[in-house]
Amino acid sequence: MPTFLCTDPVVLNLWHPLAAIAETAPGRDHTTTLLEEQIAYALPPDGGARAWRQGAPQHPLPTLVRYGYLWTSLGTPPEDLFSIPEYDEPDRRNMNASTIGVHVSAPRAIENFLDMAHFPFVHTDVLGSEPHTEVVEYGVDVSAERDEVRATRCRMFQPKASASSADGAEVEYVYRVPHPYCSVLYKTSGDDPDRQDVIAVFLQPVDQEHVRAHLLLSVLDAAHEDKEIRNFQQSIFGQDKPILENQFPKRLPLDPRSETPIRADKSAVAYRRWLSGKGITYGVIPAGR
Amino acid sequence: MTSIQPGRAWHPVASSGDAVVRHVFQGRLLGRELAVWRADDGYVNVWENRCLHRGVRLSIAVNDGRELKCQYHGWRYSNRTAECTYIPAHPADAPARTICNRTFAVVERHGLVWTTLELDRPEDLPVLPDDGRPLALRPITVAAPAAQVVDALRSYDAGEDLRLAAEAELLLRFDRGTAPGLTILVQPSDATTSVVRGVLHGVAVVDRDRPPLDLLRLHNRALNRVRARVESDLGPLQAEQQEPELELLSEELAELPPLSRPGRSASLRVRVERKWPAGADVAGFALAPLAGHLPAAQPGAHVDVHLPNGCVRQYSVVNAPGEGDRYVLGVKREPDSQGGSSCLHDVVREGDVLAVSEPRNNFPLRRDAEHTLLVAGGIGATPLLAMAQTLAHHGLDHELHYFAQTEDHLAFRDRLATLGGSVRRHLGLDVAATKARLGEILAGYAPGRQVYLCGPGPMIEAAREVAAQCGWPVEKVHFEYFKNAQEIDKESSFEVALARSCLTVKVLAGQTILEAVREAGVAMPSSCEQGACGTCLARVIEGEPIHQDVYLNDAEKASGEAIMTCVSRSASPRLVLDL
Ligand code: FES
Ligand SMILES: [Fe+2]
Repeated sequence: MPTFLCTDPVVLNLWHPLAAIAETAPGRDHTTTLLEEQIAYALPPDGGARAWRQGAPQHPLPTLVRYGYLWTSLGTPPEDLFSIPEYDEPDRRNMNASTIGVHVSAPRAIENFLDMAHFPFVHTDVLGSEPHTEVVEYGVDVSAERDEVRATRCRMFQPKASASSADGAEVEYVYRVPHPYCSVLYKTSGDDPDRQDVIAVFLQPVDQEHVRAHLLLSVLDAAHEDKEIRNFQQSIFGQDKPILENQFPKRLPLDPRSETPIRADKSAVAYRRWLSGKGITYGVIPAGR
Repeated sequence: MTSIQPGRAWHPVASSGDAVVRHVFQGRLLGRELAVWRADDGYVNVWENRCLHRGVRLSIAVNDGRELKCQYHGWRYSNRTAECTYIPAHPADAPARTICNRTFAVVERHGLVWTTLELDRPEDLPVLPDDGRPLALRPITVAAPAAQVVDALRSYDAGEDLRLAAEAELLLRFDRGTAPGLTILVQPSDATTSVVRGVLHGVAVVDRDRPPLDLLRLHNRALNRVRARVESDLGPLQAEQQEPELELLSEELAELPPLSRPGRSASLRVRVERKWPAGADVAGFALAPLAGHLPAAQPGAHVDVHLPNGCVRQYSVVNAPGEGDRYVLGVKREPDSQGGSSCLHDVVREGDVLAVSEPRNNFPLRRDAEHTLLVAGGIGATPLLAMAQTLAHHGLDHELHYFAQTEDHLAFRDRLATLGGSVRRHLGLDVAATKARLGEILAGYAPGRQVYLCGPGPMIEAAREVAAQCGWPVEKVHFEYFKNAQEIDKESSFEVALARSCLTVKVLAGQTILEAVREAGVAMPSSCEQGACGTCLARVIEGEPIHQDVYLNDAEKASGEAIMTCVSRSASPRLVLDL
């Protein structure tokens, strides 16, 4: 029996993304690291997907193809992944914006994704600008039934709310955290004010302090080319990366007394409690350690 | 060998030259990361290298000369005390809780910045031969534990006839002949890394800016040879790195703060460091701490000053951002003084010790507007001066309109001068002319603008009226009265239920809610006790208040959600408060 490097049963039993399908050449083997283990995967020419621990092709790992990515698990995963119904709408453009390695734990990266207060300082003049720094009250709930954290009515002043608007405007976001290492955000679409663009981050935990961040876009933008849309998202992520890599400790501390939350951090507070409630130990510093 | 005082707890962590202006240096001691930075006033700060909010390294923060501004969410931490002074995500709230980063004691001496991780400073610095012109060598980082590095350095010579003359823990002193030649200090960065720092003694430095380069190069080469030898002897290091224990925060800081802001009532002792005429009938006071640091004052904050004659008075703090070593106050002599201003003008002298409260900020400055108007009347300029200095320092658009009788009546002209073109003087205007001028200033409200008013009651009244006529929404008009000139009616009696304490108290005629609540044993902060400062604010859950204060604006009064417990009463027989 191989020895498991990650011993957290919650994390072992999750589905984890390995790679974007569109960027995986079919018919040959690829490798990546997941939870400190070398994992090989392939897209056979006759369809489907395969994954196995490097050197043990005789023991296939469970696989799933969802949202344009290949997912696997090192334990006993649930039957299906969380749902993003918008992904299947026929007029959407779905793409992997980027896969970037970041030296940080997955939960720290999720908190960054949920966080609006940093827009004016980190994404200056794009997603926010000083002096428009206020984060007004928003709603947070943890749905027991869907087992996910949700933040609603998140409003922020944005200097360039969409590609088509020259002026600043207040934009509204909804965030979902349906998986300890994945989050989905909804943002009013520039093209159709009644519908929303979807941006999701799927974190592949390389180890406790490294991730590969896969960024999914499911947008209604008809005007821009794929490359432009990707470049935009990549430059946004590039601004977050150096901040994330300078967070200390890199694992997310779950003891409420280790960092100072403000009201703007309501969603992060709920997320930390939700992780604590699940008993997660990988990528975090559990409370009362 | 002579013995040297050990000073084991103190270690050099940077050269003085590492702490350059507007820069943050990242140091490391015993596994703990440090942010070392010099403020424009010369003070060197050594802090835990971690923002208390989300743990981002402060060594990547912006040093603006007075404060560090964290890169992630823009929290600001003050020079000296490391107190958080502003949280941009909540611009209307003064950070009421004392959010204070961890600081370490600092001494700058012999061209080095020294610190100790021990909180109660058990020992003094090691004594180095001080010939007045020590010359610090370039530091050399060695991938080896400190003890090994010290072992290898005992025979250090550099071809300079150096002889080991004295030794203490992590410190070696070499003499040349009979004179002190060189002190080497080994900084234990962590379990596997050390920094070798040398201080040369008795070097004839003709020109401070042109150190004897040959000598520095010679030692640099010799120390590098030692480094190479130690590292090759050791081979690659596998030692367990100890992650330093991070201090846990107080329970209070761990919770999300409530929407209302509780005040505090601790007292500080200060010495009158300087008293001077700061304008006609205005005495300026600089109050310095008897020991340690003063809590940082945010723009708009005031302190209660306890006078020798028993009076307690509130004065706004004029300090600019990062001016953390004293509180600067301006006190106007009131013709009908009840013992406050006359005592400060006539009795209190330089060197006297006074008790003051911690600064409270019930007049916080929002920094999320595109343009801020500050309108001051007379001594009402004091909080607005603090605001103007802050806005100027942050590069935010603003104008300070200062109404006074004559040029001589303008207070703190030295500070006004530093503000330059943003100051507009309005001198010698009568009531009608003042109102007309206010009309000009406040004309043309546009979203993104805000105004702060402080001055005599009638002037604030007039300005609020004019602002309303010019279309300013009430929430964009912030004001602070010096005092509440209204007649306070205390005749009614009613019941107050304290929701959190599960108590009901009766407020009798002649008594205030504040007094009744305190009598029931519930601690409530207060300051002016006349409905002007906002310290004793309580949230109303149920009931219909009669306000009688000058702190809340009309919209806040109409909503009936908050009262000043020192003057407000109830129109309904029962008032339920969130206390
Ligand atoms: S982490 Fe420093 S301001 Fe948020
Ligand atoms: Fe970001």
